[in-house]
Amino acid sequence: MGVVSTFGCGVTPFWEAISSGRSGIRPIEGLAPLRFPNGAQVGGYIASEHFDEKRLMLLDRFAQYALVAAREAMRQAGAPAIDAVITGCSAGGQDAMDAGFVELYRNNSPRVNPLMVPRVMSSGAASHMAMEFDIEGPVYSVSTACSSANHAIGQAFTMVRSGICKSALTGGCESVFSYGFLKAWEAMRVVSPDTCRPFSRNRRGLILGEGAGMLVIENYDIARARGAEILAEIVGFGMSSDAHHITQPTADGPARAMRAAIADANIQKVHYINAHGTGTLANDARETEAIRSIFSGNVLVSSTKSMHGHALGAAGALEAVATVMALRKQLLPPTANYTEKDPECAMDVIPNEPREAEIEYALSNSFAFGGLNAVLAFRR
Amino acid sequence: MADDVMSRVIRVIAETQRVPLDTIKPESTFEELKIDSLDGINIVFAIENEFNVNVPDEAAKSLRSVRDVAEGVEKLVAGG
Repeated sequence: MGVVSTFGCGVTPFWEAISSGRSGIRPIEGLAPLRFPNGAQVGGYIASEHFDEKRLMLLDRFAQYALVAAREAMRQAGAPAIDAVITGCSAGGQDAMDAGFVELYRNNSPRVNPLMVPRVMSSGAASHMAMEFDIEGPVYSVSTACSSANHAIGQAFTMVRSGICKSALTGGCESVFSYGFLKAWEAMRVVSPDTCRPFSRNRRGLILGEGAGMLVIENYDIARARGAEILAEIVGFGMSSDAHHITQPTADGPARAMRAAIADANIQKVHYINAHGTGTLANDARETEAIRSIFSGNVLVSSTKSMHGHALGAAGALEAVATVMALRKQLLPPTANYTEKDPECAMDVIPNEPREAEIEYALSNSFAFGGLNAVLAFRR
Repeated sequence: MADDVMSRVIRVIAETQRVPLDTIKPESTFEELKIDSLDGINIVFAIENEFNVNVPDEAAKSLRSVRDVAEGVEKLVAGG
């Protein structure tokens, strides 16, 4: 596995922070005015430490994050042969688009940079990963807004399980901190003016995050045969659509996706759920309703978005890494910034303090604007 | 309340919702007009442009009727 997040490059700083309840939400640098001052921007990242200048011309930030996370994942996995790349990304190269349109509309430039198209396309990260690791099989990107990464990982999982390919490099990548894109989120009025407090009664919205999470997934027998260190198993994948509204969520759609993942995994018990848990009024109440309709309150739930922010198309990938680490360490990351019980979110959400627990099965939920739900089931 | 503010609010809501002007009354609620949360933020956006004001997030989310919008605009225009 590999991660780029508000906590910097690497799974280790990511896990150290979220498993101790430390939030990476802080003032946004250099992009104002905005009604929300805080975000979970990738910290301590210096592009030139990872790429030479010529290559950087072709890499918007989301693709840089994807490659840095993919390198870590490949290193950790022992650089196995990889057949496929499936990445999730929602927004693509917002930096290049923003800069190009500033030149065009504000500076009255008669032309835009010819590298704008290859930098903007949200599948660019998958292509760059294929080129860097010489992966010649199925390579593509999935874009389902905030559930992009879970759809991508789920696709990769079903492809490996079915035998279409033996291994895949999969996850999600996103870079949201471009002024035009942030203004669009401001206009949606779903971003919190202070911090992200999932499931807390006084929650005021989500906090935008960014980064990448990448996972190497492999056929179990092949991974064992080559002596790979198996971090966890993906055992199920469930999808559904609300078919209801382009921004308002339902409880029924997420519940159907969770049930589908549980049925696909053929498991009787779920011990932990890494929730979608955005910190918006609507999501957290509907997600609680969905979880309670299945588990009647005896499952442990937390939202790590309270610490790494909502990384949109990368969210499910960061949360998959969090879930795998929780299974490996038998330690559940908490829901940070939690201050007030909400009767609409009546669950054990592991408030503020991490918790040791014996867990074997876990779900990771991702739901998206437009009612596109994707749930992964993991086993220790 | 100034008639002018209410009539401009009604016009903005009608234009934003793509409905005839006479379907919107000062006493209409958002529920009656089938204005959902996404319609609501779109109306607030149009109101901000029409009156050159900035509507805070929490105020935007608390609007439930045409009268709420007009009263909110009057407060903002008065600098309240």
